[in-house]
Amino acid sequence: MNEITPDLSRLERLEGIGCSRKRREDPRFIQGRGTYVDDIHLPGMLFGVMVRSPYAHARIISIDTSKAKAHPGVHAVLTAEDLKPLKLHWMPTLAGDVQAVLADGKVVFQNQEVAFVVADDRYVAADAAELVEVEYEELPAIVDPHKAMDADATVIREDLAGKDVGAHGARRHANHIFNWQIGDKDRTDRAFENAAVTVKQDMLYPRVHPCPLETCGCVASYDAIRGDLTVWITSQAPHVVRTVVGLLSSIPESKIRIVSPDIGGGFGNKVGVYPGYVTAIVASIVLGRPVKWIESRNENLTTTAFARDYWMTGELAADTDGRIKAMRVNVLADHGAFDACADPTKWPAGMFHVCTGSYDIPNAHVSVDGVYTNKFPGGVSYRCSFRVTEAVYIIERMIDVLAQKLGIDKAEIRLRNFITKDKFPYHSALGLDYDSGDYEPALRKVMKAVDYDGLRAEQAAKRADPNCPTLMGIGITTFTEIVGAGPSKSCDILGIGMFDSCEIRVHPDGSAIARMGTISQGQGHQTTYAQIIASEAGIAASLINVEEGDTSTAPYGLGTYGSRSTPVAGAAIARASHKIREKARKIAAHLLEVSPDDMEFDLDQFRVKGDPARAKTMKEIAWAAYNNVPEGMEMGLEAVDYYDPPNFTFPFGAYLTVLDIQKRTGEIKVRRFYALDDCGTRINPMIIEGQIHGGLTEGFAVAFGQELPYDEQGNVLGGTLMDYFLPTTMETPHWETDFTVTPSPHHPIGAKGVAESPHVGSIPCFSNAVVDAFAHLGVTHTGMPHNSYRTWQQLRALNIAG
Amino acid sequence: MAKKTAVSFTLNGSTVDVLVEPRELLIHTLRDKLAHTGPHIGCETTHCGACTVDLDGQSVKSCTILTVQCEETQVLTIEGFAKGGQLHALQEGFMQEHGLQCGFCTPGMITRAYRLLQEIPDPTEEEIRYWMAGNLCRCTGYQNIIKAIQYAARKLRGEVVETSHPLMAEVSL
Amino acid sequence: MIPRPFAYHAPDTLQAVIALLSEHGDQAKLLAGGHSLLPMMKLRFAAPDHLIDLRRVKELCGIVMSGDEIHIGAMTTEHDIVASALLAEHLPLLVETARQIADPQVRYKGTIGGDVSHGDPGNDHPAVMLALGASFVLVGPNGERIVPAADFFLGTYATAMEPDEVMTQIRIRKAAAGSGASYAKLKRKTGDYATAAAAVVLRLEGGVCAEVSIALTNVAPAAMRADAAEASLMGKTVDDAAIAEAGRHAMEACEPAADLRGDEEYKRAMAGQMVERALRAALLRCAA
Repeated sequence: MNEITPDLSRLERLEGIGCSRKRREDPRFIQGRGTYVDDIHLPGMLFGVMVRSPYAHARIISIDTSKAKAHPGVHAVLTAEDLKPLKLHWMPTLAGDVQAVLADGKVVFQNQEVAFVVADDRYVAADAAELVEVEYEELPAIVDPHKAMDADATVIREDLAGKDVGAHGARRHANHIFNWQIGDKDRTDRAFENAAVTVKQDMLYPRVHPCPLETCGCVASYDAIRGDLTVWITSQAPHVVRTVVGLLSSIPESKIRIVSPDIGGGFGNKVGVYPGYVTAIVASIVLGRPVKWIESRNENLTTTAFARDYWMTGELAADTDGRIKAMRVNVLADHGAFDACADPTKWPAGMFHVCTGSYDIPNAHVSVDGVYTNKFPGGVSYRCSFRVTEAVYIIERMIDVLAQKLGIDKAEIRLRNFITKDKFPYHSALGLDYDSGDYEPALRKVMKAVDYDGLRAEQAAKRADPNCPTLMGIGITTFTEIVGAGPSKSCDILGIGMFDSCEIRVHPDGSAIARMGTISQGQGHQTTYAQIIASEAGIAASLINVEEGDTSTAPYGLGTYGSRSTPVAGAAIARASHKIREKARKIAAHLLEVSPDDMEFDLDQFRVKGDPARAKTMKEIAWAAYNNVPEGMEMGLEAVDYYDPPNFTFPFGAYLTVLDIQKRTGEIKVRRFYALDDCGTRINPMIIEGQIHGGLTEGFAVAFGQELPYDEQGNVLGGTLMDYFLPTTMETPHWETDFTVTPSPHHPIGAKGVAESPHVGSIPCFSNAVVDAFAHLGVTHTGMPHNSYRTWQQLRALNIAG
Repeated sequence: MAKKTAVSFTLNGSTVDVLVEPRELLIHTLRDKLAHTGPHIGCETTHCGACTVDLDGQSVKSCTILTVQCEETQVLTIEGFAKGGQLHALQEGFMQEHGLQCGFCTPGMITRAYRLLQEIPDPTEEEIRYWMAGNLCRCTGYQNIIKAIQYAARKLRGEVVETSHPLMAEVSL
Repeated sequence: MIPRPFAYHAPDTLQAVIALLSEHGDQAKLLAGGHSLLPMMKLRFAAPDHLIDLRRVKELCGIVMSGDEIHIGAMTTEHDIVASALLAEHLPLLVETARQIADPQVRYKGTIGGDVSHGDPGNDHPAVMLALGASFVLVGPNGERIVPAADFFLGTYATAMEPDEVMTQIRIRKAAAGSGASYAKLKRKTGDYATAAAAVVLRLEGGVCAEVSIALTNVAPAAMRADAAEASLMGKTVDDAAIAEAGRHAMEACEPAADLRGDEEYKRAMAGQMVERALRAALLRCAA
């Protein structure tokens, strides 16, 4: 028998890193036994609904709740006046602003929360909500952010009167939130002055919404006798919610239990704290009964955390060979009526400064202005790490604009500008330190897989044929992500550093429980976290029970968003595992009466160096940890790790898509999409592939259909799934995936995070392909979403549509 | 409050009696009164399919069905699929082919796929895409859902099935 | 998303339905598949005091051949239409249309009678009914009358049906030998209404157009016939030029309203494109 065989079977039993382990979450979900927030039914539970403003901007003249309160089955109707004595009518946002919990004198966006009706069930609550009478005096609404800072612009936030300085510095206008700049402006300007070639392009990344299939909601239950508050909530960051609830309510955090049960998708939408949560908690405290609040889809799409809404102007300076010398970006950011961006505190534009991308750009400068408009607040990531999608969009679009100006092939210009492998770790002009990357082989692998030259030849032939009914576009992106927020020296939320945590307890029988500060919303943490422990601590994944999401049991963590679980919590897990392993080493040495230094770790056991027959399995060691430990050692086998990462991680990828546009109708068919991702060490290839499929599909949705348009009065148009585009099986293209592996040098197992790359990378890839289809006609940009209507307008402007 | 009506129907093989207002939607009766929380509410406008149940041999979105319309009907929900501790082939397929992530759409997805396979036991990918278009998924991109349904179809036809994600494919010593 | 309270009735006979309608007048609404009405009620845009469910009225179901005509019960679902071998053989246009409506679940519940009688210009069957020259059997307290499709669609949510009438049957002549038909629909996504759609029925004689009907969906207050487009084709060889000409006439005829699907100009252009697309498909289906 081959000597390898037993090891392979032991490896297989461990189900460690690299295995396509089947998911531990699935048995409950496939049998309808998941526990999502709306599945929770408590004895005596009441149901709350919001009364919302029909106007985008209006003064509230009066609110009459008497009819609603008199309606049978109604228990309470809360307004701002009821919250004022508790000082709960306003709450802090994650961005250093405040947000009205219930409108205080004025409404500043359509569907803003005005009153909260609590009744026996959702039917009675819906009836009573109709009986709340609110009298409004309509005010002019600001919908276009370009008009927000006009001299005669209506003031949206009267509560900020006289505040010339906001959370991120000086405010130039009553509707101005901040100006944020990074990079060396003078050097960059000089580089532009001296450049052989410059290009400039305006582009809008429209307002979109993450729209997870489960809307937001909570069940708040206050036990007046014990003084305990328990809240089941759709949150991607339950510990942060606990701290916020503690700050707002003055209940000590030790008396607050926040539980994120199963979450039906988050994608950034479930990071913030929403008025519905606060009012449900207040109602439960006031009424002494559990109160459930669940959003409708329309409420979800029009009041909770949108993404993007960035008006960007990009500029590149280059030599005639297309080597980029400098980049300049100006952004006007529409943050809506309250600044509720979910970025690390110090970064009002998140990680937008990764916008120099995969390219060695020596000079760069970025300026972002945030303004208030009469739109709903948010500005979260939508499957991306804090504005990285916008950053990748602008550089990947701009490099195409430059290529077109110079007549250089769009793959070639990327190859000429890549940060080369020998330059890592790489310090970017905007101050980021890229951990690792190897871009050229990734792009070359993709070009080979799709026969890039053949595609360009086909495109040339089609362009030459006036009778061809379609335009063919080829889109390329070679993006670099920044995830794993983040080092606490630069990243915090409400002052709490963005570490993450893991606690592992190995039981006497060798099985273990592991608890983390993150919370899965579909990422499969119960499966993959156990794989890390399996490899790093030698305990079979099947023996490990992973728990997260309950603040009463899990160690404090900053939650799951921005692809931070693997880079941050994953590292904490690896380090806690190593602590377990090192203690196990000492116990094994003690049992075998040798020095710990003479022990070597071998998958699931420690053996004596040079005498492999003498070994103790982790199972044996675990038992011994509870009855026979070296003198002076504490009993038990457990470890805790709070991991503050030294840096972000920088996953990357090379994507290529081919699409065909019908000249007469603007209909677009994505013919092919090839996605190569490098996320460093791959923990579970099956789950990685699933994440990439999902991210690409969400990218497809953004690129081709999602938007939340407004009319001039500030009414949100298309706030249901009739209009808001969630692609079905019929629209979604087929995806091809590939990978390279460039581990992160600073992460304990070299992993980088992957869930967002396909979203971040695919959207500009689609836009690049659409523009590429028109490139021979002088088009350098076309706005998203690339629906047939907008594409037809482009065709018509070029006299192609007929 | 309007007068309530007694409604009897068969839910996953057992007779149930409920007292409902005529306006009560089937999804609320199932979830709030009958403790069947497998079907979910995703959109309320008949677009997402998370609330799909099988009603008298038809896939329907239970957010747009009144409970009073269900008198004397047979309702099958995801809770009725596994029998005697044995997963249904579709449940197995979704797990083996990684056809779910957050799991929110999964009960509706499986329930819909069940009826599809009753009507077309050997569907092509194109047919699956056409006949599954009433169920939205935000996580998976559908590709593995299609594989999961094909896996189940093969298993139900008595063919040999195996996952397309072998455990150790990327692992080497 | 909760409807206002109402009383529910599920009578067994047409007679009982009409009695209830007469009793409650405009306080009552008929419930067929419910996939247009119930969403409106959940949004509280509609709030009938009485809902009369037609599901138990057996005489409203079924697809049968009667001489040269096919009679389709008003409660026949889109799913039944898609699955009907009889329709596949004699009225394939109806099958092709139903396949493009909504999604599988909605098609199990949505009925042809509901789709036609709702008067929604976005619904797909009205244009097809116009193109096929269908007629509708309406039954009221004073008995039965038959209204041709051409006289039925009066405007947005306005039809020739009286509030106390029930549509019981749709009657359509089976497709003429050698004819070809098609329904071309441009939509943003599955489940959406048409941005523009066109139904075409075409028959050639001696290589030229001997018979043609063209009707449009969602580009006017109600489904409409494109008369000028039809006239432009009669007696002509249906070649690229003639098809383009018909498309232009259709564009001129329609009166679309701007919405999120596009502005008037775009919808007009797409009406033309869908007419062209449907004509080409119908032409291929005509017997040589």
